[in-house]
Amino acid sequence: MTGMRFLLYQLRKNPLSIIGIAIILTFIIIAIFAPIIAPPPEGHTDPYMIPRDGYSPIPKPPNAEHLFGTTEGQYDIFYGVIWGTRSAFRVGLIVIGVVLATGIVLGSIAGYFGGIADEIIMRVTDIFMAFPALILAMAITVALGPSLNSVIIALITVSWPSYARLIRGDILAVREENYVEAARGVGSSHLRIITRHILPNAIYPTLVMASLDIGAVVLSAAALSFLGLGAPEGYVDWGQMISFSRNWIVGPPGNPLAYWYTVTIPGLFILLFVLGWNLMGDAFRDILDPRLSRK
Amino acid sequence: MELRAYIIRRLLLLIPVLFGVTLLIFGVLQLFSPVERAALYVTSPKQFANIAEIIEKYGLNQPVWVQYGHWMNQIFHGNLGWSKVVSQPVTSAIINFLPATLELAIFATPLIIFGGIFLGSKAAAHKDKAVDHATRVGAIVGWSLPTFWLGLMLLMVFYGFFSGLFPPERLSTEMNVLVHSAAFTQYTSLHFLDAILNGNGQVLLDSLRHLVLPVITLTVVQIAFIMRLMRSSMLEALGKGYILTARAKGLDENTVVNKHARRNALIPVLTISGYIFAGLVNGVVITETIFNYKGLGWWAWQSAVYLDAPSILAFALFNGVLFVFTNLVVDLLYARIDPRVRLGGKVT
Repeated sequence: MTGMRFLLYQLRKNPLSIIGIAIILTFIIIAIFAPIIAPPPEGHTDPYMIPRDGYSPIPKPPNAEHLFGTTEGQYDIFYGVIWGTRSAFRVGLIVIGVVLATGIVLGSIAGYFGGIADEIIMRVTDIFMAFPALILAMAITVALGPSLNSVIIALITVSWPSYARLIRGDILAVREENYVEAARGVGSSHLRIITRHILPNAIYPTLVMASLDIGAVVLSAAALSFLGLGAPEGYVDWGQMISFSRNWIVGPPGNPLAYWYTVTIPGLFILLFVLGWNLMGDAFRDILDPRLSRK
Repeated sequence: MELRAYIIRRLLLLIPVLFGVTLLIFGVLQLFSPVERAALYVTSPKQFANIAEIIEKYGLNQPVWVQYGHWMNQIFHGNLGWSKVVSQPVTSAIINFLPATLELAIFATPLIIFGGIFLGSKAAAHKDKAVDHATRVGAIVGWSLPTFWLGLMLLMVFYGFFSGLFPPERLSTEMNVLVHSAAFTQYTSLHFLDAILNGNGQVLLDSLRHLVLPVITLTVVQIAFIMRLMRSSMLEALGKGYILTARAKGLDENTVVNKHARRNALIPVLTISGYIFAGLVNGVVITETIFNYKGLGWWAWQSAVYLDAPSILAFALFNGVLFVFTNLVVDLLYARIDPRVRLGGKVT
């Protein structure tokens, strides 16, 4: 309980973290109430496909019917960015969830049991980490065939090693503590020692990394979508919406900023989403790392 | 003597990692169909006519370990397959596209490293002052920026609004013709350097104009990382006893900060320079795609979009191997600078 109060006190001291939390809360509300904020038009079957208003390639500026205008192919920008919030959460949470679970299991095995299991798991992480992450993710997405699910699988494949390593390191640090020895002495099972004694004391740095990483994962997914390796055309996805704007960066002569809304609006949504997670994660790191906060 | 033993140990450790790297790429390769994989063994377009023969010859229907043997054999002979997006062998595609990317890196890397170190130590020296807050906000925003969006926004302003001030691509059309004409000798294929060597001011100016936006795009996102790391490691160094001693001796603040604190604070920054390399490579793919700047990253993007298996895998393999060697160099530099590393014997 005192820990919770301390946390709240620390949060109050750090106005940036409040902004971060506010941003994330706003996005959660947008994601939940997407069907009310941007209701799919009558007769539109799949709400995760952006409704189109015609097939003309030329974007149309914001008007009463399309709040943020339409992008190339007459996809409604407002609808796309609102429902795109759901895609962003889906990718971020699935990837981080799976990666955390994998990291905890493999990291615990490596850190707690050591020996040959440790050696094998660590050498495998070495290999995965020998690649620039986005490049390996790109190759995997191409091999699986471009789709949102391929992007998710690819990002999981490239992200788990750093989690396994981090957890292993933190487990090594507490493995020889007296309370672990005591638990072993009274005959607790390995599983119980790991889940009840070691993990609760070793997991915080990993959770901080996870909260910082949700933003990074969404950013990578958006980049892959932008490159044309993600969701199918017309799916509610921020990265893809920016790729729609590529041909409309420069307007007609005399009005160079004519199509500003096609690129600016989806980009701001990505920026704010990632910024929210980063601000929040940054604050958590300061709070949980007393070495830094004392300075 | 100790350093030599350390180098030998590191070089030996390289072998299993490189073996693993090829295994991983080969594993990804298995996700492609035999016909797509056959493109790996093709060296000219004519051979595509007898694809069934190639599948037979290289045992693409045989067990995986046989295939791995064939594949490694080809790699050691420098044959990485046929890149259909640029209609040339993958090996020569890498060689042809490398200079353009190198040109970007030559400008971006020093900006990222020295800019990041400078701003980071400024922020630490003026902790909780305006500079510190500004760099902190700048770093968090920079770190959250989607690279591709930043690039497009820059294009919108500096190519659209300021009509053509900093254009995309690598050279303007007429300069491109000039560069490839007999009047211009391409010594290095780095356009700005060739322009200097040829004494051609026009080409120099043109190539630099085309470099401005991609270099900014690459730098902004990466610099945030170094800046933050430098700040915290500088703060740690400034809290050490030897700083107190230096100040007590009556040294002026500049010497204390620049000589005593900064040099020690640089060590953690050096250890992550491997990540900067990875960040640059990741960034290069997106940056070159946005600016239609025809380098390695642009080629990788084209290969990915057209599902060109040999090219994308070769690109990943190339970068994997390069990254392993970069990390090796970083570790060796680290051991040279900080003797504790060699004695401790463990580098992660």
